[in-house]
Amino acid sequence: MKELTFTEAIGRALQEEMRRDESVYLLGEDLRFFGAGMGSVRGLWEEFGDDRVMDSPISEAAILGTSVGAAAMGMRPVAEISFCDLFTVCFDQLYNQAAKLRYMSGGKQSVPLTVLTSAGGPIGGAAQHSQSLEALCVHCPGLKVVFPSMPHDAYGLLKSSIRDNNPVVFFGHKLLYMVPDIKGPVPDEEFLIPLGKADVKREGKDVTVIAYGFMVYKALAAAEKLSQEGIEVEVVDPRTLSPLDTGTLANSVKKTHKAVVVHEAPKTGGFGAELVAVLTEESFDYLDAPILRVAAPDTPIPFSPPMEQFYFPNEDRIVEGVKKVLGG
Amino acid sequence: MTTEAGGLTNEQLVDMYRKMILVRAFEERAAEEFARGVLPGFIHLSVGQEAVAVGAIHGLRRDDFISPTHRGHGWLIVKGLPLRQIAGEMLGRKTGVCAGKGCSFHMGDLDLGIFLINGILGSSSPIAAGSALVMKKRGTDQVHVCGFGDGQSSLGSIHEAMNFASVHKLPVVWLCENNLYGMSTSASVGVCVEDIADRAKGYGFPGVVVDGNDVIAVYETVQEAVKRARRGEGPTLVECKTYRWRGHFEGDPQPYRSPEEVAEWKAKDPIARLKKQLMAQDILTEELSETVIRDVAEQVDTAWKEAWDDPLPAPEDALTDVFAP
Repeated sequence: MKELTFTEAIGRALQEEMRRDESVYLLGEDLRFFGAGMGSVRGLWEEFGDDRVMDSPISEAAILGTSVGAAAMGMRPVAEISFCDLFTVCFDQLYNQAAKLRYMSGGKQSVPLTVLTSAGGPIGGAAQHSQSLEALCVHCPGLKVVFPSMPHDAYGLLKSSIRDNNPVVFFGHKLLYMVPDIKGPVPDEEFLIPLGKADVKREGKDVTVIAYGFMVYKALAAAEKLSQEGIEVEVVDPRTLSPLDTGTLANSVKKTHKAVVVHEAPKTGGFGAELVAVLTEESFDYLDAPILRVAAPDTPIPFSPPMEQFYFPNEDRIVEGVKKVLGG
Repeated sequence: MTTEAGGLTNEQLVDMYRKMILVRAFEERAAEEFARGVLPGFIHLSVGQEAVAVGAIHGLRRDDFISPTHRGHGWLIVKGLPLRQIAGEMLGRKTGVCAGKGCSFHMGDLDLGIFLINGILGSSSPIAAGSALVMKKRGTDQVHVCGFGDGQSSLGSIHEAMNFASVHKLPVVWLCENNLYGMSTSASVGVCVEDIADRAKGYGFPGVVVDGNDVIAVYETVQEAVKRARRGEGPTLVECKTYRWRGHFEGDPQPYRSPEEVAEWKAKDPIARLKKQLMAQDILTEELSETVIRDVAEQVDTAWKEAWDDPLPAPEDALTDVFAP
């Protein structure tokens, strides 16, 4: 079994799916020379050429819009939007077109489209290049939303996303793309991970921490710290935010009776609010304390390092949150 | 026998005449239904613009694709969508083309080469470019005709789509239906150029202006663009100058234009114009015209009656068709 970076896992999944299915092609900015803004598709142009690794003009609405049209015509495009912050200039194609064509056609059309994008920080990207816009996508019926943390999950989920007959927004955290020493084991044999299945990343009996994307690493670090104090944290990674595996999340909370949800987007209206609501509906009688959110403050993302470090949730804040729900 | 009119046979010309009458009769019936207060939602009618729909779509093949505008009933009809399914959708019937989940301005059927009409102006354009990209990838000689209005021409997504389509030499015909108003905004104050076709220059493909009330001229011009696209030479922008007789939506009080202006354009009725032309060439007689009008009226009446008798969806049908299996 090889240790792969997140980027390598994405690249392998794309390569295999493109070899397997001629209708899969990539469209985005700077794919040929840079492998997209995050380097996630590096090396694919050399194998597949211009026809299947298509460089686009700087036209996000055209990238997504042509992909919607091509998907409706039976292709399986992977549209690369380097930063999810750029969704704002092509959001119509995601929200009003990709997500709605099947419904508005009375179930006749489908849009098998994968939108590959990045989220998060801190990378010194400030307010317009560091956001995590997953909650906006989850709030749109007709879209599926994937936000894996581990290379293993990224590989299996991207393959499933490409084979899905619906539009899937696939978020990868920027630090996972950028930091080469974050690696994880990925089996050499091909495998798929179905959308909508959460994964327990660490078992524990005292409190459940639900986190996704880069925050899973922070949650695991916090769990390690807390275990030295005798507190056993269960870390659950939903991996897919929509559809959400409410069963696995609720079962963990039914076992631990306490939960902290973590994300790096602003707290208000974030996906954490949905997690809290779901867990309250599914497991209220089992809860010993209110569920707590650890999230970014409700401000745009600052640039200067001291402010930026302060902005993003970290393991200390998760530790604090856990102690709070434990009544400490 | 063919005329000088783009190689059209007499039968084809009479057929185009019939289609124009059909589009108008269908929409006038829709206006009546709306006036009775029995149509849900809102509708945009193209009465007065029939020469564009018929001229542009009549010559397309079954396997060509179109993206009609929100004023698109005519495009749907000419591309072959059954009247009953159109009326059914407008009435929110389960048997409507989108099973009651679309509405007047979201209708379409890919099996007939019709992308869903878009409620978001301009957004059909990148989608049409994507459809044309697939045609190019597959090496077919299909074309995609994408409609937009003078109002929509100001939208950014149209710019992105036209640039993209030109860069890749895609088989798209951009068909601008300039009816002089974007809702209440006159093109004279909403569009910075006299001819929207001039913008084609900035994208590196031809832009052509045509009298949008002359169905034969529209047909010939669009067919030139279609042939160019089929040859792999890329997009063309065809701007049809026309006029909508009715408001932007049914019930529009139209404070933005004068009755004189409307009357002036009604005098340029594209149907009367074709009738005169065909009669002068002995292709059409008053008797044949009467027969066409009578047959069409019956066809329209039957379609609306059948649609009225069609079942409504069950309330919980609202919960299906969100995702494909």
